[in-house]
Amino acid sequence: MLKKYSQGAYYGVFFLILLIAPLLLTDFRMGLLAKFLCFAIIAVGLSLIWGFTGILSLGHGVFFGLGAYCMAMYLKLEASPSGLPDFMEWNGITELPFIWTLFKNPFFAIAAAVLLPFCVAWIIGFFTFKNRIKGVFFSLISQAVVVVTVTLFIGSQHITGGTSGLTNFFTVFQVPLADPGTKQILYFITVALLAVIMGVSLLLTKSRFGRLLIAIRDGENRLRFLGYNPAIFKVFIYALSAAFAGIAGALFVLQVGIISPEMMGIIPSIEMVLWVAIGGRYSILGAAIGAILTNGAKSFLSETYPDFWTIFLGGLFLLVVLYLPNGLAGLVEQIKARFSSNKEKKEVKQREADSLVS
Amino acid sequence: MSIIISQLFNGLSLGSILLLIALGLAITFGLMNIINMAHGEFIMIGAYTTYVLQQAFIQYLPESIFGLYFILAIPLSFVIAAFIGFLMEKSIVRFLYERPLDSLLATWGVSLILQQVARSIFGAPNVAVVAPDWLSGALTIGSMTFPYKRLFIIALVGVSIFLLFLYLYKTPSGRRMKAVTLNRDMASCLGVSTRKVDSTAFALGSGFAGIAGCSLTLIGSIGPTLGTTYIVDAFMIVILGGVGKLKGTVLAALMLGILSTFVELSTSATIAKVIVFAFIIIFLQWKPTGLVNVRVRALD
Repeated sequence: MLKKYSQGAYYGVFFLILLIAPLLLTDFRMGLLAKFLCFAIIAVGLSLIWGFTGILSLGHGVFFGLGAYCMAMYLKLEASPSGLPDFMEWNGITELPFIWTLFKNPFFAIAAAVLLPFCVAWIIGFFTFKNRIKGVFFSLISQAVVVVTVTLFIGSQHITGGTSGLTNFFTVFQVPLADPGTKQILYFITVALLAVIMGVSLLLTKSRFGRLLIAIRDGENRLRFLGYNPAIFKVFIYALSAAFAGIAGALFVLQVGIISPEMMGIIPSIEMVLWVAIGGRYSILGAAIGAILTNGAKSFLSETYPDFWTIFLGGLFLLVVLYLPNGLAGLVEQIKARFSSNKEKKEVKQREADSLVS
Repeated sequence: MSIIISQLFNGLSLGSILLLIALGLAITFGLMNIINMAHGEFIMIGAYTTYVLQQAFIQYLPESIFGLYFILAIPLSFVIAAFIGFLMEKSIVRFLYERPLDSLLATWGVSLILQQVARSIFGAPNVAVVAPDWLSGALTIGSMTFPYKRLFIIALVGVSIFLLFLYLYKTPSGRRMKAVTLNRDMASCLGVSTRKVDSTAFALGSGFAGIAGCSLTLIGSIGPTLGTTYIVDAFMIVILGGVGKLKGTVLAALMLGILSTFVELSTSATIAKVIVFAFIIIFLQWKPTGLVNVRVRALD
């Protein structure tokens, strides 16, 4: 009973801090925080598939990028008075390609930013999970997806803008993007979407469906023997987390104003996994906080010592995997267990015994 | 006809380098269930070893024996990469046995650190290694030309693989390695020191990556991120080839090498990557466990 309230309290404090943060931070810092919140949305999706279902995706940068490109195409069209984006003119294209014409409509762009990653992930997931390709094999295939997508985006320069990506946006819905008021509204939209996504994820994990996901993680074959088809659940949860990444991408482009293939490459994709590992892959709130803290540390360290950051990042990977497999959330649990009364300890032990049997 | 043969030759040469890289991965994955993301960095270590050796020859030794440096560079890059691999196994990897996903993340951390170290020592821009004189030029048969460099690489890979199979099938240490791959518990019950086998295998795999790095210096300039270019392809080969049998890895490497050069010929390099990847996915629909697999009764 007590546990139920304490979890609610954690979430309450987290969102309270996010809501009062704009009052305390400068505009620049608030912009950074908004960016980190987009990353937190990705982290929540990753925690769903990695922590709860046991699928490690090293390719979420692709879905983030797809969402971001969908939004960026609309913004680019709105920023091009001639109706043709500048890089296309440089490439000698005179007529807007058909795919781009669809993105003149902002609602189509927003819908595509969510649905396109969802569908792509569904297809990839369907062809791998159906054949029981799992574990590291899936992780490596998802990494190959990143390589393929990035080369494709760089190679088709006349449609995607090549290595420099899409940038120089001015307005969204005719409202200037650089305006502090717009930034504030975008910040609160991001917080609200993060809240919705965390809520949905929490509901999912607490439901019967969530139990099935955990069962897939702990004993996929047993579940199969019980008459379930794990592939369907895996495909769905993978596609859902891709859609979350797509939403994050769209919000990211609105706030940061640039998307390039480099931002969806191998290293950003695996960094996303690191956020979740640091925060705690078994905890949705932990994953979100992990994303914010890691990126906070990154922007602080890479401002002052750019060389040191890569080594630090590598060290973090080692440290978390070797000493903190459950991340910061696990650390909090451990500390709490040390100070809790004997009765609760017994309960914890009971729960551990349960998980051993299951 | 001559185009087909020269494409086959190019594919063979690409495939043989990929094979050298993928073999190390296949050994460590089949044996210990470890995904070594830092494997690419052993390629880089091998390449930089060659570079350093070349600089040393230019600085300290008479010009007349400069051509010999490459002969010396091959064993040296093997030894250095194997030694660093051995250290890495002893300090990090041995805590990660049977935790493939965690091993993937931890070794990725190692790879980032090694890349940054290389960047600090040698600088971020690529450096070029001058190939020895006796490797310049080409063999001409009819209208086809076969560069000596590529012929040398194919021969080098051939010899390396011959030695590896000799080791695995004919020496006691290699047979122990095979035994542990097939059934770790049984092997350890029969008195095989699995710890020793593991570290030998890891060092061996890293050494092969070192040789691959050494031979890559013949093809182009080298930089701190050299390994990343090849590592993803190498992993695809391991998946395509199947786990536990090196025969599958050899087949898969040649298949991918030849396929991608042929597709690249008829389309562009970008589209070729997409097509090859699609091919792998379609192939896995047909054979989810790869080309060659060990039949076991266990479900997982």
